[in-house]
Amino acid sequence: MKTENQKAWFFVLPVLLLVAFNALIPMMTVVNYSVQETFGNNLFFWQGLDWFEQILRSERFHAALGRQFLFTFLILIIEIPLGIIIALSMPRKGFWVPVCLVTMALPMLIPYNVVGAMWNIFALPDIGLMGYFLNHVLGINYDMTQDPVAAWVTIITMDVWHWTSLVVLLAYAGLVSIPDAYYQAAKIDGASNWSVFRFIQLPKMKNVLTIAILLRFMDSFNIYTEPFVLTGGGPGNSTTLLSIDLVKIALGQFDLGPAAAMSLIYFAITLLVSWLFYTLMTKDDLN
Amino acid sequence: MAKITLSKLRHSYYPNPKSANDYALKEIDLDWKDGGAYALLGPSGCGKSTLLNIISGLLVPSEGQILFDDQDVTHLPPDQRNIAQVFQFPVIYDTMTVYDNLAFPLRNRGVDAMRVDQRVREIAEMLEVTDLLDQRAAGLSPDNKQKISMGRGLVRDDVNVVMFDEPLTVIDPHLKWKLRSKLKELHQRVNATMIYVTHDQTEALTFADQVVVMQQGEVVQIGTPVELFDRPAHTFVGHFIGSPGMNVLPCTLDAGMAMFNGTAVELEGPVPLGASGNFEIGIRPEFVTISDSGIPAVVRKVADVGRHLVVEAMAGDHKISAVMNGTTPEKGAQVHLNFHPDQTRLYSDGWLISKAGGKS
Repeated sequence: MKTENQKAWFFVLPVLLLVAFNALIPMMTVVNYSVQETFGNNLFFWQGLDWFEQILRSERFHAALGRQFLFTFLILIIEIPLGIIIALSMPRKGFWVPVCLVTMALPMLIPYNVVGAMWNIFALPDIGLMGYFLNHVLGINYDMTQDPVAAWVTIITMDVWHWTSLVVLLAYAGLVSIPDAYYQAAKIDGASNWSVFRFIQLPKMKNVLTIAILLRFMDSFNIYTEPFVLTGGGPGNSTTLLSIDLVKIALGQFDLGPAAAMSLIYFAITLLVSWLFYTLMTKDDLN
Repeated sequence: MAKITLSKLRHSYYPNPKSANDYALKEIDLDWKDGGAYALLGPSGCGKSTLLNIISGLLVPSEGQILFDDQDVTHLPPDQRNIAQVFQFPVIYDTMTVYDNLAFPLRNRGVDAMRVDQRVREIAEMLEVTDLLDQRAAGLSPDNKQKISMGRGLVRDDVNVVMFDEPLTVIDPHLKWKLRSKLKELHQRVNATMIYVTHDQTEALTFADQVVVMQQGEVVQIGTPVELFDRPAHTFVGHFIGSPGMNVLPCTLDAGMAMFNGTAVELEGPVPLGASGNFEIGIRPEFVTISDSGIPAVVRKVADVGRHLVVEAMAGDHKISAVMNGTTPEKGAQVHLNFHPDQTRLYSDGWLISKAGGKS
């Protein structure tokens, strides 16, 4: 007879409790809010899926989602190639390796709100280093508090400054793991620099780049603190990304029901895109 | 295909080498015939990979010249030397199919598609990988990957020399033997000069017509496998080749006779007059016998290695191995050892000095 040892459940229990308290239970309260209307005093009225319908039909949500996708798309299309280029041009051996690595890691060590504040001051038209330089030295009319394009350029630049390093470090890790023999073989086979990149470096970086894109997607799609401190979502609503809009609805207007529905939709989109991307990227490895 | 000449070649990894020890390669002069199969044999760190990289052009030597068919190629980059190299760990282009892998060196050189197809199929046939051609190279087993990287070397018909840098390291033992005979067969079919680097004597001796034994950046001996076994020019060769290696015993020289542990030992032939240095007797275990008189020794160990038995005896502080068949003395037995005179060599400071050809 086969004996079954049920003791193993006790080992799973701590993790189960932890996940329950820090993820499942808070999320269920959100689900709870998303299907009800409340006016405070713990009075709830059943609303069904009305909030979801309202959010999905709302033009405000569509606009914020559009801005969110644009933001994520722009930073990915800049940060991933730029990160690869920087990683490729970094030295593989010698004195400069630690210098480069530490310099690269620095922006990532700065707290998010400090990054926002730094760039805010940096971009002030009359006293900020960049703002002053653009306006008074180069004579470009730049004011991110007035001009949506300037605001967009600034938040994109800030994110590129803050997070390209992550792509660099991951890509670099992929590059240094390539044995010298590959480069030697490519030389002997008469491969061009482009072929070396295309057939050796890129395939060997594929796994780390998948992780890099995934991390940058999730992070940028959920970004809140830095643009909030930098532009506060303005001018107007031009840099109001999804998370900023969500906080406005939840804590500004106290519309807890729609906010809960919106955060669930938000979560579902993030999850879906991540899953799609990861599945597509790793499809080849399975066969 | 080409004849390869190395002339006064020296290499140091330091910018300003001062003493001989700073050199990874110490003065090497070699001539390799067109179409030959050669092996570079030596322990790890003896400079054989350095030498290989200099021939392939991945490294420029500090001094000296490399000539392919009497043409100086010392400063030419690898792709202009028309060489092929197979590395210790199989190098394949993961994202390409086997076919594209084999075609890669040809396409890079602008060979037309018809010719590429013809060559790829020819080589695939030779390597017995025709049915793998459409597969992605990433999924292959290590031995097939190594075959593909060999194939990339062989696919070009203008190859001067194919070099193998310990190519069987990652191959399973039962496949090593197969791949080794495949290599030998390939050499006979394509007729290219081949250089095989290894620290494994079996691989070197089975593959090569001529073996170059290296130690600490120096070429110690060049010869056919039989020559290396019969008359090692250096005690290192004697020790490195053969299993167990040659017995090397310190001795003194007294009127043309070697004295070991107070016993006179007859040598294969005369020793040059005025020879000096540290003398040593070299005798292969295959030519040590046990008899009633000779060098007294105590048997310490008898090992059965399958084909024969290896008797290890102690003569004073010196270990002497003997290869025997049939009955052997037991452990602890007092025996007398005899050396075949015509196989007993004399070395001075490691180098062979006795002359073959009987008594003077």
